[in-house]
Amino acid sequence: MSVTTFDLVQSSLKARLRRAERMQRLRAGLLVLPLFLFVLLVFLVPIVILMTRAVDNPEIADNLPRTIEALAEWDGTDLPGEPVFAAFAEDLRETQKTKNTGLVGKRLNYEISGARSKSLQAGRAAEKMESGPYKEAFLALDPLWGKTETWSAIKRAGSPTTSFYLLKAVDLQWSPAGEIEQVPPDQRLFVDIFIRTLGISTLVTLATLLLGFPLAYILATLPPRHSNILLIFVLLPFWTSLLVRTTAWVVVLQTEGPINNLLLWLGLTDEPLQLIFSRFGTVVAMTHIQLPFTLLPIYSVMKTISPSYVRAARSLGAGPFRAFWTVYFPQTVPGIAAGCLLTFILCLGYYITPALVGGPSDQMISYFVALYTNRELNWGQASALGAVLLCATLILYAVYNRLVGIDKMKLG
Amino acid sequence: MGTSTDPFVVFSDVQKTYDGEILVVKNLNLTIERGEFLTLLGPSGSGKTTTLMMLAGFEVPTHGRIEIDKVEVNNVAPHKRNIGMVFQNYALFPHMTVEENLAFPLQVRKVPKSEIAAKVERALDMVQMPAMGKRRPAQLSGGQQQRVALARALVFDPKLVLMDEPLGALDKQLREHMQIEIKHIHERLGVTIVYVTHDQSEALTMSDRVAVFNDGIIQQLARPADLYERPENSFVAQFIGENNRLNGKVTSIGNGACTVAIEGQGQVAATPISVRDAGSPTTLSLRPERVRINPEAGQYPNQFEAEVQELIYLGDHTRCRVSVLGNANFIVKVPNAEGVPAMSPGQKVRVAWKAEDCRALDAF
Amino acid sequence: MKKQMMIKGSVAALVAAGVLATAAYASGSLTVVSWGGAYQEAQRNTIFKPYADKTGAAVKEEEYTGEIAKIRAMVESGTVSWDVISVDTPTALQGCDEGVLEELDYSRIVDKSKILPGAALDCAIGSDVYATIFAYNTTKFQEGPKTIADFFDLEKFPGKRGMQKNPMNNLEWALIADGVEKDKVYEVLGTPEGVDRAFAKLDTIKSQVVWWEAGAQPPQWLADGEVVMSTAWNGRIANAIKEGAPLQIVWDAQAPDLDMWAIAKGTPNIDAAYDFIAFASTPEVQSALAPSIPYGPTHLDAVALVEPELAKTLPTHPDNLALAYPFSAEFWGDNMEELRARLNTWLAQ
Repeated sequence: MSVTTFDLVQSSLKARLRRAERMQRLRAGLLVLPLFLFVLLVFLVPIVILMTRAVDNPEIADNLPRTIEALAEWDGTDLPGEPVFAAFAEDLRETQKTKNTGLVGKRLNYEISGARSKSLQAGRAAEKMESGPYKEAFLALDPLWGKTETWSAIKRAGSPTTSFYLLKAVDLQWSPAGEIEQVPPDQRLFVDIFIRTLGISTLVTLATLLLGFPLAYILATLPPRHSNILLIFVLLPFWTSLLVRTTAWVVVLQTEGPINNLLLWLGLTDEPLQLIFSRFGTVVAMTHIQLPFTLLPIYSVMKTISPSYVRAARSLGAGPFRAFWTVYFPQTVPGIAAGCLLTFILCLGYYITPALVGGPSDQMISYFVALYTNRELNWGQASALGAVLLCATLILYAVYNRLVGIDKMKLG
Repeated sequence: MGTSTDPFVVFSDVQKTYDGEILVVKNLNLTIERGEFLTLLGPSGSGKTTTLMMLAGFEVPTHGRIEIDKVEVNNVAPHKRNIGMVFQNYALFPHMTVEENLAFPLQVRKVPKSEIAAKVERALDMVQMPAMGKRRPAQLSGGQQQRVALARALVFDPKLVLMDEPLGALDKQLREHMQIEIKHIHERLGVTIVYVTHDQSEALTMSDRVAVFNDGIIQQLARPADLYERPENSFVAQFIGENNRLNGKVTSIGNGACTVAIEGQGQVAATPISVRDAGSPTTLSLRPERVRINPEAGQYPNQFEAEVQELIYLGDHTRCRVSVLGNANFIVKVPNAEGVPAMSPGQKVRVAWKAEDCRALDAF
Repeated sequence: MKKQMMIKGSVAALVAAGVLATAAYASGSLTVVSWGGAYQEAQRNTIFKPYADKTGAAVKEEEYTGEIAKIRAMVESGTVSWDVISVDTPTALQGCDEGVLEELDYSRIVDKSKILPGAALDCAIGSDVYATIFAYNTTKFQEGPKTIADFFDLEKFPGKRGMQKNPMNNLEWALIADGVEKDKVYEVLGTPEGVDRAFAKLDTIKSQVVWWEAGAQPPQWLADGEVVMSTAWNGRIANAIKEGAPLQIVWDAQAPDLDMWAIAKGTPNIDAAYDFIAFASTPEVQSALAPSIPYGPTHLDAVALVEPELAKTLPTHPDNLALAYPFSAEFWGDNMEELRARLNTWLAQ
C-alpha cells in the first residue's frame, strides 16, 4: 500500500518535472525560431536550390518529350529512324508555339557548338513541314541532323537530371561513346581555376597571418590607451566599402601610380613595374582587406592570455624565444585557427578585387560563377561551380578539423 | 634566525619608478638570510610586488643593486637567475599536462629524460598529488592547481623561491591548510622563500621574518611576534592585528616612560617608542586584549571611565566596544572566563591598562 | 563559409527577391531601364523628359548592366516591373529565343522599312548605333596607329593595350589584322583552323594586353597612361575627348552594333511601352540624341537631321561605315560559350 503511494507521488513528480522542462524548452525554442527561419530561408533553401540547379535539366525533357520517348528504344549505333524524326518535328512545332525553341537550341548548344542556330532553323522549318517523310526533310535541312552524335547528345540531354554541369565544372564530359573523359585541352579551365582559387586563398591567409600575428601581439600587450588607437587603424578598412578599398588599390598600384613613381624617382627601377593586373596586386589588395578578419580572433585570444604565463616560463628557465614558442604561441593557436579559417573561406568567394586589380590569370572561381549567372545565363553551370566549390570547402574544413580541431577554435 | 649571518639576497639602495615621477620603491635596503622564509606584507600599491618582480628579473631597478648569493643580478635575465616562482593565478600552462608543466623547467635545463620522470614523480609526491600527472590544469581544483604550481617552482631545486600571493584565490580553510603545508615544505627543503601577501595572518603564520611595506618603504622588518607585540610605528600597529588608537601630545618623557595628554580628556602613562621630546604629537597604540575592565583599584596606572557601546559575543571572548577618552571605537576583548562581570550597553565601566602595553608612536 | 554559400547558392533567390521588392512600387508608371552613365543621361534629356512632357505619363528610370539574368528572373517569377528595356543585340536575340521579351507588333511603332536594315528584330528595335572601336593616347605617339593591324603591331607601336575580356570583336580583329578580308571573317572564324589562327595572332600581343570589362575602364586607363591604346565604345571615348583627354578614335574595322528597345514579356503596361517606343523611334527624337552622345540614329529619315560635322563622329557616317566589318550576332549566338571558354583557358595559361 505504502509502496503504491510512493510510486504515485514519484510518478507525478516526474510528470511535473517534464511539464516544467517542456515549457522551458518551448520558450527557448520560440526565442530561436526567428533565427532558425532566417537561416532556413536565406541559407539552407538557397543551398538546396543551388544543388538542384546544378543537376536540373528540364529544357529538353520538357520541350521534346515525344522525341525523347522515341529515342528510348534507339541503340545509338545508326541514325535513328523516321518515328524519331516525326516526333522531333511535332515537338518543334509545339516549341515554336510556346516560343521555347530557343531554350532547346541553347541547351543543345552546350553539347554541340553551333546547334543553337540550327535548332532555330529546324524549328522554323518544322512549322512548314506538312507531312513526312520527316527524316529526309531534316537531313536536307542541315547535316547536323544526319549525325548520330547529335541524336545521342539529344538523348543524353533529355534526361530530367544531368551530370553535365558538374562534370564540366571539373573539366570532364561524356564522350560520344558514353564514357567520362577530359574536355579538349583548349577548353580545360575549371580545375586550374579551382587550384588557383585555393592557392590565392592560401597565400592571402598566410600573408594576413604573417602580418597580423605580430600586430595582434603588439595590440594585446600595449596599454589600452595606445592599443585602442592602433586598433582603430586596423579596423579602418571595415568602415569603407570593399569596392572603395579595391579602387584605391587600383590607383596606388597603377603603372603611373604613386608606388611606381616613387620607385622610379628613387632609381630602384628603370621602368614601371607591373603591380596592377597581376597576382601581386591581387594578393596585396586581398591581404589588406582580409587582415582584420585574421587579426581580430588572434587579438582577442591573445587578450585572454595572462602575461604571467610567459613570466612563469621565464622564471622556470626558458629564454625569451623558448618562452614565446613553447608557452605563448600554443595558446594563440585557437585564435590563429579561427582567424585563418575565416579568412581562407572568405577568400574563396572573392570576386570584385581580383576582377579589378588582378590580371586575366588571377581570376577566381566566383568570377566564373558571376559570368555564367549574369552573362551566359547558364545557371546550371554557375550552380555546378558553386556546388563543387562548396564540396571542396567542406572537404577542406573536414581536413582542417582533423588537423586543428574545430572545438579548439576560439574567436575570443 | 635573526642571529644567523649568511646573507643570500641583498637589496642595496634600490629605487624603482615607472613614470620617472613617482618612486614605487624608495631606497630599499633589505638582506634576506639563506634558508629564510621572508614575507613582504603590505597593502596594494605599497611596493611589495614590485620588489618581488625586481628580484625575479621582470622589472629592472631604476637605482641601486640587487645581489643573489653575492652576485649582482641587476642585468641578469629572469631565466638565468634560477629562481622558482609561484604566481597568484598559478600560471600553469593550460596546453600542457601536469607532468609536462613540471617537466618544463627540467627540459629547459636539458636534464636527461629518465631523470626528469623521476624528479617529476618526486615533486608530485611532495605536494601529495601522485597519479594526477596526466591531467590538464583545467581539470584540477584550485587547491590542486596551487600544489602543482608549487611543485613546478620547486622541481628544479632552485635555491630561491618567490611566491606572489599564491593562496589568494583559495577559500579560507584550504588557504590555512596550504599555509601549513608550504611551511612544512620550506622546513624540509631549507630553500629560501620570499613570499608576498597582503594577508597579515598569513604573514604571521608562515614567516621567519616579515617586512611590512607601505608607500614604497619597509616600515618594519621583524619576526612575527615582535611585529605584533612591538610595532615601531603607527602604520605597523594599525596594519598588524587589531589596535586601539588614541591621539595626544607628549607632556613629559624620560626613563623609558612618558605621559601623554589626550586633549580635554586626561593623561595617559605610556612607553615612548618613536617620540623624543615633550610637546610632540603622538598616537598611542594599545592592543584590545591588553585592556582590563573594572580591575581592582591601584593595579594599573591608567584607569578611565568608559561607557559600553556594543557587545559582540564571539565564543571564547566578547568584543566590547566602549567610548573612552573621546574615542567611541575603543575595543576591549574580554575573555569569557570565570569571574568576568556581565555587561550591557550603556553601562558605565572602568577600563585600565599598563604603561608597557601602551606604545607612544608617531602621530598617525 | 556562410558568405560563400550565400553568394553562390542564393543567386536565383536573391535576384528574385530583389525583383519582388522593386515590383511593389512599380505599377502605375512606365519603367524604362537603360545602361546608366552618360548614355542614360543623354536619353533622359532627349527621350524620357520630352516623352513625359508630351504625354503627361510618369517615366520611372532604372539602371542595369545588361544582365539578361534579371529580366529572366522577373519573367519566370511573374513579377515583371521593368517595361521597356534597352538591350544589346545578343540579348535581344537570346531574350527572344528564350521567350522573355515580347514579340513586337511594328504596326504600333514605326514603318519597318524606314529602319536601318537589320535593326528591326522580332523582339527589339534598334534605338541607336554605337561602335566598338579602338582609341589611343595622342601624347604617346608622334604618328598614331591608323589600322587594326597597327593595334597588333608591337614594334611600331609599343606599349600596353586594353581589350575587352570577351572573344567577340577581338577574334575578328585578330583575323583582319592577320590579313583576312573583312567580309570573309566569319567564314574563317567558323573553322577550327580559323579560331587557332585568331588566337595565334592574339598570342603575339598577349603579354601587353590588359583586359577590361566595364565600359568606363578604357577611357580611364588611356587617360592615366595605364595603356597606350585600347578597344572601347566610341561614345565613352568621345565623352573623354570632350572632357579634354588627349585621345583619338581609329575607325578602321569598327564593329557597329545596336542599342535596342525591347519590352519585357508579360508587363502590365504594354500599351504605354509601345507608345514610348513609338515616340523614341521618330526621326526627330532619334536625331536629338547624337549631340549628347555620338551614337547614330536607326531611322533612315533621322540621318539627314543630324548636323554634318556631328555626323562625321557617328559610326553610321558613310566614311566610318565603309571601314566597318559585318558583325554577326548570329555567329556569336552559336559560338559564344565555346569561344569564351577557349578565351578564358587561353587567358589562364
